[in-house]
Amino acid sequence: MTETSGPGGTAPLRAATGPYFGDYGGRFVPEALIAALDDLSVAWDKARVDPTFALELSTLARDYTGRPSPITEVPRFARSAGGVRIVLKREDLNHTGSHKINNVLGQALLTKRIGKTRVIAETGAGQHGVATATAAALFGLECTVYMGEEDTRRQALNVARMRLLGAEVVPVTSGSRTLKDAINEAFRDWVTNVETTNYVFGTVAGPHPFPALVRDLQKVIGEEARAQMLERFDALPDAVVACVGGGSNAMGIFHAFLDDADVALIGCEAAGDGMDTERHAATISKGVPGVLHGAKSYLLQDEDGQTIESHSISAGLDYPGVGPEHAWLADLGRASYRGISDAEAMEAFALLSRTEGIIPAIESAHALAGALTLGRELVDGGADPAQTTILVSLSGRGDKDVETAIDWFGLTGNGGPGLRGADEEADG
Amino acid sequence: MSHARRTAGAAIDDASAQGRRALVIYLPVGYPDVDTSIEAARTAVAAGADIIELGLPYSDPGMDGPLVAAAAQQALDGGVRIADVMRAVEEVAATGAAVLVMTYYNPVLRYGVERFAREIAEAGGAGLITPDLIPDEAGEWIAAADAHGLDKVFLVAPSSTSERLELTAHASRGFVYAASTMGVTGVRAAIGAHAEALVSRTRAAGAERVCVGIGVSDAQQAAEVAGYADGVIVGSAAVRALGSAAGAEGLDALRTLVEDLADGVRQGTVAS
Repeated sequence: MTETSGPGGTAPLRAATGPYFGDYGGRFVPEALIAALDDLSVAWDKARVDPTFALELSTLARDYTGRPSPITEVPRFARSAGGVRIVLKREDLNHTGSHKINNVLGQALLTKRIGKTRVIAETGAGQHGVATATAAALFGLECTVYMGEEDTRRQALNVARMRLLGAEVVPVTSGSRTLKDAINEAFRDWVTNVETTNYVFGTVAGPHPFPALVRDLQKVIGEEARAQMLERFDALPDAVVACVGGGSNAMGIFHAFLDDADVALIGCEAAGDGMDTERHAATISKGVPGVLHGAKSYLLQDEDGQTIESHSISAGLDYPGVGPEHAWLADLGRASYRGISDAEAMEAFALLSRTEGIIPAIESAHALAGALTLGRELVDGGADPAQTTILVSLSGRGDKDVETAIDWFGLTGNGGPGLRGADEEADG
Repeated sequence: MSHARRTAGAAIDDASAQGRRALVIYLPVGYPDVDTSIEAARTAVAAGADIIELGLPYSDPGMDGPLVAAAAQQALDGGVRIADVMRAVEEVAATGAAVLVMTYYNPVLRYGVERFAREIAEAGGAGLITPDLIPDEAGEWIAAADAHGLDKVFLVAPSSTSERLELTAHASRGFVYAASTMGVTGVRAAIGAHAEALVSRTRAAGAERVCVGIGVSDAQQAAEVAGYADGVIVGSAAVRALGSAAGAEGLDALRTLVEDLADGVRQGTVAS
């Protein structure tokens, strides 16, 4: 508990670097991995303060990823949020289509620095797998991606993308054949091949240093967005909203605002069929503290400590754990977390597509749905919509989700009218 | 219920007094079902096992290879609970063998670390082997184990630094579990060359007893490991034997394997 500040502490929240965030985090892994985690921690502690590394990373961010990503105000969408101002941070415009690229480029650079020649990664929907395969191609690293067998079928397009990029994709058939089992399999590979291999972890979970390392590589989202908000609107937003699976885009955008006490931070977890059902992925809202994949955090588990499978229409949020820094921020009350159902997310997905010409990832649609609800709540509570601004992390684009949308909205057939919301008229 | 609990250290020292090394057999509770797994553990004791490691099946066994992971999954699908593990400990400890529970940490944490330790002790268990808990994170478990006089078996690996070997050796009671190779549990054709060096480094770091596991699957390998370690741990091969046939035939296959392994550990030279 000494590494981090607590409530009433004097250290800024942004200074927390692990291995513990309050009671959460740590390294609950086999001893065989400790040496590799130590090496990675030492390498990162050096790299993060090394101007050469910073220059390499920022050059890649500019020339390869396309950073800074813009912010976009979405007034037609915001009509459904009580008329408040909604601004999107456009991580969907990054190369490979999501925020995941920010993390993998940094970790690939780090892999080179520690002299390893092979990277492995886990992936759910395939976004992190595609990003890792991309970075591996760019840096000439051998790459193996573990993916639950079910997901390889549902996301055949992303499997093909990874293979085009030169990565081997291994379908995982153990356990529940989902993302959590892909992580188990990646750890098994790592412990066996640790001399040559670096594990490019995809989110702010896992054993130290991953929560801090991935957060540090994603915090550019919030740093850019904070400066862009001040530049364009001369004010910070009233709230920052992001979706939370493992929580990397959320930590990335929250981090710069952690010590801005007037900015509310809201994480949107996947509520699946609903918060009152057993089919959800609302780890912080409905879970209890435990250990999974190397860290202590909130966790969906039964009374014997067995992991409970999560459910969400969004593969990227379909995870029974969550990053330890989120667990800490939730306990401190600095961030709040709410559940967004599949239905709410898909409604927001369609609304943004129709009103603004931006098809979001279904993951990001959970944040959009959260912003719609929050906007209406704020206005109902007496806020002046003209003076109220919500910043939303649009963490990825929705190309990968079109098949899910076809099924959800029944878009099959030989053409037909455009989608309209039930209560919405075509505006001229 | 507090009959004299046999500790892992006593089991190893008694084997040593007989001029051989200790044989440690791993079996997951609930595979293929709870009663058969208890019967299997008793069979292994009768066939010459000194210490039984009862595996507590866990949904996310990151340290286990396909054989043990599949057995654990089958046990979970069959509905195995922590209460079944406690019953298995009691019934197997009644044979006089030392009984350790091999468990990932989260089930212990969720159940309550103190409660878990108390119930293991009450059931006559010797203690825990904790493959994903390093001493650095184990404060609560160490306190509970010390309060109940339980064995604390932590793991070391070929990649462990001297500082970490020292830390782990001093935190352990019973023995230190040396992972023979970098990797997950499984049957292997050869034991890593690292194993012997790791055992001697672990002893030099202060460990009183060091047992070697991961990959040991036949009498010849057991004899080889018995040449330098205080005990030989066999898991996947035992699970494979038990699963090779249903009912009595599976138990027979397990008995034959354990008898062979027991012959193997007698061939190891006891230096002291």
